[in-house]
Amino acid sequence: MRELPVSAVRDAVRRLFLDINRKIGPDVEAAMRSALEKEISPAARYALTQLTDNYAAAEETGLPLCQDTGMAICFLTVGQDVHFTGGDLNEAVQQGVREAYEEGYFRKSIVEDPLFERKNTGDNCPAVLHLSMEPGESVRLMGIAKGFGSENMSRIFMLPPAAGEEGVLNAIVIAVREAGPNPCPPIVVGVGIGGDFEIAPLLAKRATARPLGVHHPDPRYAALEQTALDRINRTGIGAAGIGGLTTALWVSAEYAPTHIAGMPVAVCICCHASRHGEIAI
Amino acid sequence: MIRELTLPLARDEAASLRAGDLVTLTGPVYTARDAAHKRLIALMEEGKELPLPLLNQTLYYVGPSPAPPGLPIGSAGPTTSYRMDSYTPALLDAGLVGMIGKGARSPAVVEAMIRNRAVYFGAIGGAAALLARSIQSAEVIAFPDLGTEAIRLLTLSRFPAIVLIDSLGSSLYKTGPAQYRSEEL
Repeated sequence: MRELPVSAVRDAVRRLFLDINRKIGPDVEAAMRSALEKEISPAARYALTQLTDNYAAAEETGLPLCQDTGMAICFLTVGQDVHFTGGDLNEAVQQGVREAYEEGYFRKSIVEDPLFERKNTGDNCPAVLHLSMEPGESVRLMGIAKGFGSENMSRIFMLPPAAGEEGVLNAIVIAVREAGPNPCPPIVVGVGIGGDFEIAPLLAKRATARPLGVHHPDPRYAALEQTALDRINRTGIGAAGIGGLTTALWVSAEYAPTHIAGMPVAVCICCHASRHGEIAI
Repeated sequence: MIRELTLPLARDEAASLRAGDLVTLTGPVYTARDAAHKRLIALMEEGKELPLPLLNQTLYYVGPSPAPPGLPIGSAGPTTSYRMDSYTPALLDAGLVGMIGKGARSPAVVEAMIRNRAVYFGAIGGAAALLARSIQSAEVIAFPDLGTEAIRLLTLSRFPAIVLIDSLGSSLYKTGPAQYRSEEL
């Protein structure tokens, strides 16, 4: 049995969100620079130049990469032999987010009631917490700062099994085409196939945090990712949606078992500022 | 070539801009996004005075991150404009000449732009720390309770933008991607 004070979780959450909102991951930066090198559209080059210059601007000023520092999404995977001490685990996660968004001068973007008052909670809480368990004594935190320009463009399609591979590809391309310039392309696309009405989007959301350039280990899903990426980049939407060669930086797909009657497909769209990180606690 | 524009924008100058033109913007703009638009339209419907001038002014759809010590504003890139579409025609008809945002607009907004010879600029979404460098000052002038969504008067200095939709209704979102599309629709 491992004893772990919840303050360690709080501190890890705080550190992770301070980092990811200010500094883009090396995989995303490399993909963006490569997109700029390949680009032939003057308008898209104009956009990509500003976006890659933005990394240095954020670093020099300490400002977040984007003013939409997002809803804080935490995936906490807990070993079943871990005993948390010193308080409420959920509250420790919330406190970590609260401290990061205050200390980092990040925007607080959460409203309490979604329909009527829409009053800002003032501390970017509550964060979304997905808890899962595994054997052992490790605790792993994966965090995503998700802006809603792109989250608003995410979709779920409850396809019939007969829709097959072509149905999945069409769903992905429809979601991307209808999103157009809104989600701040070049985007990262996470696809969740199977499960049920809530598992598919969860898979899709997690898929957006897979390192760019890494395909699914199953070659059939890897091929699906590549075909989807090629088709998306033939739409011509381009950086900032003003026309160009790179509409998506990457497509990551994940699957889960599903019911004999269904094939849910969720398409989670993430902007070019794909901000996520993982820490072992 | 980049055209350097001074705000407030003369209506003839707004009407002379064409989709795809690269520009810089220097001068005052007012920030407003979802919640501020809702309140402005409510005030107009009640016949009350607005807390900002609209005639020949430009609105920037942005909810900046907080200003750290020593800087006038935090990160300040555009938010997606379609959420303001239901409110925008009334503002254009009341004198608004320019908007800065990102993403396509509704047919009703484009018609109101043509009717009023207005222009819709785009700033690059996500270039927020870079764009903050082109904002010299920021002052909350209305709805301070809205926090990031309050209306602020910003002074821009050579703020980089691109004309997305012009006063003839031509949209870079249609002409741009069409040039690079190679898919079979």
